[in-house]
Amino acid sequence: MTSDSLISRRTALTGLGAAGFAATTGLSTQPAFAKDLTVGFIYVGPKDDYGYNQAHAEAAAVLKKMPGVKILEEEKVPETDDVSKTMESMIKLDGASLMFPTSFGYFDPYMLKMAAKYKDVQFRHCGGLWSKDKHPMNTGSYFGYIGMGQYLNGIAAAHATKSKKIGFIAAKPIPQVLININSFALGAKSVDPSITTTVIFTGEWSMPVKEAEAANSLADQGIDVVTCHVDGPKVIMETAERRKIFACGYHADQSKLAPKGYLTGAEWNWITVYKKFIADTQAGKAPGNFVRGGLAEGFVKMSPYGPGLSPAGRKAVDTAKAEILKGGFSVFKGPLKDNKGNMVVPAGKALVETAVELESQNYLVEGVLGSIG
Amino acid sequence: MTDAVIATTPPTVATGGGDALYPIRHLLEALVAPMLALAVAASLFSVFLLALGQSPLDFVDLVWRGAFGSWFSWQNTLQRAAPLLLTALCVALPGQLGLVIIGGEAAVVLGGLAATLIALPVAGAGPFIVLPLMALAGSAMGGLWIGLTGWLRARLGVNETIASLVLAYIGMAIFNHLVEGPFRDPASLNKPSTYGIGDGNMLGAIPVLEVHPGIPVGIIVCIACWVLVFRSSAGFAGRVTGGNLRAARLQGLPVSALMIASCVLGGACAGLAGTIEVAAEYGRANASLAAGYGYTGILIAFLARFNPIAILPMAVLLGGLGAAGGLLQRRMGLPDATVQVLQGMIFVSILASETFYGRIRWFQPRGNG
Repeated sequence: MTSDSLISRRTALTGLGAAGFAATTGLSTQPAFAKDLTVGFIYVGPKDDYGYNQAHAEAAAVLKKMPGVKILEEEKVPETDDVSKTMESMIKLDGASLMFPTSFGYFDPYMLKMAAKYKDVQFRHCGGLWSKDKHPMNTGSYFGYIGMGQYLNGIAAAHATKSKKIGFIAAKPIPQVLININSFALGAKSVDPSITTTVIFTGEWSMPVKEAEAANSLADQGIDVVTCHVDGPKVIMETAERRKIFACGYHADQSKLAPKGYLTGAEWNWITVYKKFIADTQAGKAPGNFVRGGLAEGFVKMSPYGPGLSPAGRKAVDTAKAEILKGGFSVFKGPLKDNKGNMVVPAGKALVETAVELESQNYLVEGVLGSIG
Repeated sequence: MTDAVIATTPPTVATGGGDALYPIRHLLEALVAPMLALAVAASLFSVFLLALGQSPLDFVDLVWRGAFGSWFSWQNTLQRAAPLLLTALCVALPGQLGLVIIGGEAAVVLGGLAATLIALPVAGAGPFIVLPLMALAGSAMGGLWIGLTGWLRARLGVNETIASLVLAYIGMAIFNHLVEGPFRDPASLNKPSTYGIGDGNMLGAIPVLEVHPGIPVGIIVCIACWVLVFRSSAGFAGRVTGGNLRAARLQGLPVSALMIASCVLGGACAGLAGTIEVAAEYGRANASLAAGYGYTGILIAFLARFNPIAILPMAVLLGGLGAAGGLLQRRMGLPDATVQVLQGMIFVSILASETFYGRIRWFQPRGNG
């Protein structure tokens, strides 16, 4: 690094002296590190959001300690053509050969465009959109079945609620979010079918003011457990704690934000995925193109129990978790109606977490108060 | 009050008979002030970096490499600058009349949406028909949206800054509703978008240079706006209005019409920015349009002191800082907010440099005048 910055200082002075423009052009396109495997992480929000981005950044922090790997990180990169330039800059200026653009909206068209342009760079996208017929082989996607975690959250919530009313603050009514809302509601209903789940959509992935308002409004309605699916659950957890209601976490461990009311949480455990990708690459193989996993595969984990969850509640969550780990468990089992009375899963049918139908889910199950507009 | 504070470029003073060099010194003054302001901002920022234990020289080097050091970096910078040229005009044109419009973001997204929607039914007609239609629809929509603010100000005396901001929230909500509801392509599962305008109708990068097509459009529009503001009688009337509203009224200038027209034009520029983003980058309208270009445009317009030509270097400067931001995070481990700190320092210094004008006698008119 030292020698690199020495050269660069000289380069800068030359460059500033207008005449050296051409010289800079030649020097700055050289990748800085050639031997190590250079891996680029791109986040849509801040790395310390206690949420989606932090879950990835925590894994990246572990990778940084591994030998032979150089980790590049860039935070707050919008889902616009800016991310193409970020990828290109990591590839051209820093020599990255494995890219992890982690936000959903990075995939199409930005990552696909870069993958077509840089065929010897491997791109793996978090979100699970890759399909063999449509997308090039130097791209791929990975995702986790975190809905199971929200199902366990629902069981914990059912054991903590006194009012039998629990709440969910959601960003957008898209399938990935709906699976979580429905799983949470079904988890709670598996304990007590009379429990209702009130959902509020904020309309944005990250809008702390609206999220705090939503948490307050849920608390005002007598709802005493909340969870969420937004990029950064921070203010929701803090608001819940201030309003003395319980909270279940999402994305990362938020127990620090709500030491009294935190029950448990559905967390990503991305390090499992990233270690595998990097090990494959170092062994000279291309990393997997379509990688999925849930609790059993170590892609998803639960936060340690908080003081608000009773021993009976802990036992119920443990039992359900053991059941899920056995495999073949379905949250969505027929007969299942949506909250408008339509049959969405017929009797006798059970959808396991890998079922492809779930990925185009467009309903809220019976017992959820709210609408997807 | 605001009228007096915001007025930046007083109508050109008739030069005294014996002072042929005054126009040159006047120009120099306009160049020296922002340069000094940038130097002040750079020194302040160096102190900030030193406090963080980082070398300002490394910082300059990385900004240079990330923003201007290679043709790739230039493309990166220009791509970020392209929409800013037009969104800055959305602030600068009404700004000439003393109006502070900060709701350009909604004009960008609604303009982009209108352009997409008009393109969908005629997508088969080919780019030579589709693209002009899109530009027309996008700028009409943007003009309508900001024009509404101008109308509220001119006719009802509603504060235009607040009105444009509140209307921006409304505009964003309408945009989200339409994109996620009635006009959503059902195939866009997890990122709600409208249907696409078709690859054949997309505006490609400028050949050979590989530069964002918004750059030439932006440059042409900036120059045209400069001519309008500084070389046309309508522009003169506008600047008189910005200089002194009462005097303009007393002169019988059509103040209300001028206000509304400046807002419509500004909004049309922002709407065009949205159109170009759709036609050149996304091919459809979705949340990617709401990337904050409307807000960064405010900063650039103030840095350029509402002068349409000065917008060009300022947009490149801020585009460059944006382009270098990633390299700074990666190489120096600085958080993303570092670039915002620098932008903030530049902004404050440039605003403070307003007081510099007219203070140094050497720059002022001489002779018998």
